[in-house]
Amino acid sequence: VGKNHPRVNPYVVSRVRALESLLLEKGLLAPDAVDRFVQQYERDTGPMLGARAVARAWTDARYKRLLLDDARTALGEFGLDYAMLVVVENTPAVHNLVVCTLCSCYPWPVLGVPPTWYKMPPYRSRAVSEPRRLLSELGLEVAEERAIRVWDSSAEMRYMVLPQRPAGTDGFDENALLPLITRDALIGVAEPAAATSAR
Amino acid sequence: MHGVFNIDEFRHAIERMVPSTYLGVTYYEKWLDGITRLLTEKGVVTADELERRQAFFRDHPDAPARDAVAGTPPAPPPVDPNWLSFIRESKAPPRFAEGDAVVTRRRHPHGHTRLPRYARGKRGVIARFHGVQVFPDSHAHGFGEHPQPLYSVRFDAVELWGESAEPNATVHIDLWESYLEPAQGATRG
Repeated sequence: VGKNHPRVNPYVVSRVRALESLLLEKGLLAPDAVDRFVQQYERDTGPMLGARAVARAWTDARYKRLLLDDARTALGEFGLDYAMLVVVENTPAVHNLVVCTLCSCYPWPVLGVPPTWYKMPPYRSRAVSEPRRLLSELGLEVAEERAIRVWDSSAEMRYMVLPQRPAGTDGFDENALLPLITRDALIGVAEPAAATSAR
Repeated sequence: MHGVFNIDEFRHAIERMVPSTYLGVTYYEKWLDGITRLLTEKGVVTADELERRQAFFRDHPDAPARDAVAGTPPAPPPVDPNWLSFIRESKAPPRFAEGDAVVTRRRHPHGHTRLPRYARGKRGVIARFHGVQVFPDSHAHGFGEHPQPLYSVRFDAVELWGESAEPNATVHIDLWESYLEPAQGATRG
């Protein structure tokens, strides 16, 4: 931790390491558990699984229906068993936005490590009280005619947005679409990247 | 942490931070505070041994955690593969159906709850049934799982925020059945 993040408070570093060593000593933590956890979410998961599911949904109507109706089965096609996910669809009439006001819950298995702003009080409070203004400040203008649906992950269910497929991507296959699907688009604070950015 | 505390106790531990501290620290510092609070409350780790161990790592900032481990640790208990599974079987039918109008209860418990303060005493509509799930208000306090039906409830922004509400917005909140009452004079719609 300390080497990769030199600005981390030294009190926190020594405290974390002290706890880790005490839990190792008491047999409550496997020796490689911390490294495995970090690797799983930083390298192996990333926002990749969620993006891959969206890319498939954009190219396969059957898969899209499955992802919206039964995300667990749909994600099973990528080797993930995630019972608690609900995927919500953006349309020309509806924009979806995901937040957790209570404790910043986040769908780690499909989106990887959460961004810092997602966990900060301003996002958590304003996403429910003034979502349109918040999105505008984040650079996403949502017209008033387009409804905003905010999903407050107040229980153990987790939410991911299925964004609209960008224009100009006709003929793109899953792999060509993948780089357009950003983490922020899957949270609902951005649209997918424009088609030109993939070329 | 498996066998030591459950995820609802963990969330409640974080909620028990001093509010001014809570607002001033990072997310993972909140985790650290909550984990430390629970481990010391439950006697798994004493404040004294934590202080001594921390002094070691203050003096040896580049030492890996295992360097301070005395002797050969016992093998950790196996991880329960269902530790993040909260859905429980139930034969009892849910009280509400999709489209039912409901009103959230107005109560302000001292302990843990998943009924956000901004949604108490508000009228909404059942949007989806999520199955029967562990009830955190009980589970966080060591009173058992007491699973009950969980619903996605849709609230109009005007109901939640009144005159300050933005137009054309709704908020969906996942709420347990005991937070909800049928809305007076409501018809299914």
